[in-house]
Amino acid sequence: MDLRFTDEELAFREEVRAFVKANLPDSIRQKIIEGRHPGKDDLVTWTRILHKKGWSVPHWPVQWGGTGWSPVQLLIFNDELQQAGAPESLAFGTSMVGPVIYTFGSEAQKQRFLPRIANIEDWWCQGFSEPGAGSDLAGLKTTAKRDGGDWVINGQKTWTTLAQYANWIFVLARTDSSVKKQEGISFILVDMKSPGVTVRPIQTVDGGHEINEVFFDDVRAPLENLVGEENKGWNYAKFLLGNERNGIARVGISKQRLRRIRQLASLHTYGDKPKIEDPLFRMKLAAVEVELKALEMTQLRVIAGERNREKGKPDPASSVLKIKGSEIQQATSELLMDVVGPYALPYETERSDGDRWNEPPVGPDWAATIAPTYFNLRKVSIYGGSNEIQRGIIAKAILGL
Amino acid sequence: MNFDLSEEQQLLKDSVERLLADRYGFENRKTFQKTPEGWSRDLWRQYAELGLLGVAFAEADGGFGGGPVETMLIEEAFGKALTLEPYLATIVLGGGLIRRGGDTEQRAALVAPVAAGEMLLAFAHAERQSGHDLFDVGASARKDGAAFVLSGEKGLVLHGDVADKLIVSARSAGGRRDRGGIGLFLVDAGAPGVSRRGYHTQDGLRAAEITLTDVRVEPQNVLGDPEGAYPLIERVVDEAIAAISAEAVGAMSEALDMTVDYLKTRKQFGVAIGAFQALQHRASDMVVALEQARSMMMLATMMASDDNSAERRKAVSAAKVQIGRSARFIGQQSIQLHGGIGMTMEYKVSHLFKRLTMIDIAFGDADYHLERLSQSDGLIG
Repeated sequence: MDLRFTDEELAFREEVRAFVKANLPDSIRQKIIEGRHPGKDDLVTWTRILHKKGWSVPHWPVQWGGTGWSPVQLLIFNDELQQAGAPESLAFGTSMVGPVIYTFGSEAQKQRFLPRIANIEDWWCQGFSEPGAGSDLAGLKTTAKRDGGDWVINGQKTWTTLAQYANWIFVLARTDSSVKKQEGISFILVDMKSPGVTVRPIQTVDGGHEINEVFFDDVRAPLENLVGEENKGWNYAKFLLGNERNGIARVGISKQRLRRIRQLASLHTYGDKPKIEDPLFRMKLAAVEVELKALEMTQLRVIAGERNREKGKPDPASSVLKIKGSEIQQATSELLMDVVGPYALPYETERSDGDRWNEPPVGPDWAATIAPTYFNLRKVSIYGGSNEIQRGIIAKAILGL
Repeated sequence: MNFDLSEEQQLLKDSVERLLADRYGFENRKTFQKTPEGWSRDLWRQYAELGLLGVAFAEADGGFGGGPVETMLIEEAFGKALTLEPYLATIVLGGGLIRRGGDTEQRAALVAPVAAGEMLLAFAHAERQSGHDLFDVGASARKDGAAFVLSGEKGLVLHGDVADKLIVSARSAGGRRDRGGIGLFLVDAGAPGVSRRGYHTQDGLRAAEITLTDVRVEPQNVLGDPEGAYPLIERVVDEAIAAISAEAVGAMSEALDMTVDYLKTRKQFGVAIGAFQALQHRASDMVVALEQARSMMMLATMMASDDNSAERRKAVSAAKVQIGRSARFIGQQSIQLHGGIGMTMEYKVSHLFKRLTMIDIAFGDADYHLERLSQSDGLIG
């Protein structure tokens, strides 16, 4: 047992760190660290920088642009990018539909879509949740019916993240309503420009526009856009949801935020002394750091255990990472609220391009994003299978209850 | 980075677990606990035969040259079985002080009999007023020529009632709460001026209050620098924290296993109670708490022998915080999910709970270590 990184792993970390330092544009880094949302252009710019280096989809098979890195290297890579303030890759393409396509898709689908995901020429969004199908995803009602050479899709998807930028959506639709609900679902790729697709924005609690409703009215998609077998979509969806072990804990992001908390708490005088000198605040900060250190080790243990696992089978331990990782992210956002204090109050909207603030800020120039970040991060214990769903998975898959 | 055990370590783990599975069922434990000493001399001999008592010592001193990982494996198995023998007192604390602080002659004289199971040690350090502060030592070591004369009261001396030799901390210089001026002294338990009052502890172990009245210690029985033993004490206590972290993880995993078994078999309202979501989610939270604790046990094990004392102390404190919190949650919830049966003395879960409670308190509880950690520059770097 040796929990330290090997010399090779340390050298790899240095390589990644140096690359990010030299290539991540300052304007993007600044935006992420200050808690603002990267715009579409930022993500495209950064993904193409990574793609040029061969690092945009490192976890994919080498044949499709992957790197062949070990799970530990992938972990180091994600952690370094997160800590450096790089935008996260567009998971809907790189971690969701991409792996589904290279695992279950046709040769034509692989050739057509995978290179465009790797270079972010397509912007993918996820058509899973519906107004009546959240945690009970298999209860979805959107239908796809065969008509000549097409699927005809009708229904409504919701909570569709960044659909406003998307040109493709992967849709779970019911193709057989006569069988058990999990057995009549298919996984279909739909061009967002198809007639009958309507995107309507949903404003979230922080005032931002991340999510949308997507309506399908007699939308036609060619039959060949079915992934894998008809009525097997639930299996692919489960594969997709359980697939994102690496980075689900967001350890790097929480580390970066804790560093920022320390920095701001040292700069910001709160009453008669910097917040960092408040013993109660220091105790709260230390408590979160302990949890994060433990999570970092837990994540390493899960990754190390991966090589002993059946390939492609989700590890229920990723539910542990999801629960703890989301709780810690939320706790860091609460610490930021402690740091800013009363000047959390002013509400300022971002310009429509999402790029910069309208006017000189009210209060400290770093204060305006803090309350919205706190509000926004309530999502992390809800999305990707709520923490209660994760507890159910642990009870069933780990404990056999 | 790897989490794999070496072949020897795997063998050690298997053999300890096998021995305890054969010989340390909960009914056997009750029998051992009822003996006057409160533990099993027979098992102690078996531990010696398996090499468990010598594994942490250097080969040159008569040990097997193992390290913190070996101790972790042994302690985790001990925690599962809730063993009563004086391993922490004799091997981890007493043995650790001799291993790290003893000179060649002292190691030559003590390691072999300890490893053979023929000599028991205890660390007489805490005092009524000291709380969790390791530097708070009021007992005095008055110089008398080249010898020292010890006087004072030592409390909560784990297995101090049966120890053959005590390692006593006493102050040869400075004020009661100074970090300097503390020495460690090897004292025969039967030496003139030593009186011991043994008693049961809440968690089924044994301890003693010890009074020292003008106890004479010859120079060859001074362990290290008689005015500078504090760093040694800290270091060995850090190792002990790693060891009891592993014991706690063993006890927590046993408590969780028993709880899950119970949820699957206990029926109410016509179904196994594990079918109820409120209980499933509680059990899942116990899994999360256990995994986080296990991770920090490994961190403590890795860092407990680190020579960088600032980094070592941060890691050990962080581990103790996590262990304390997880132990409290899992201990309490394993009783709650068992319901009435969990409240009874005859059932193992209640004993796991009690040991876990006392592990949190030992060597500084979660709040103490959180405060210590909060005064540092943090864990993130």
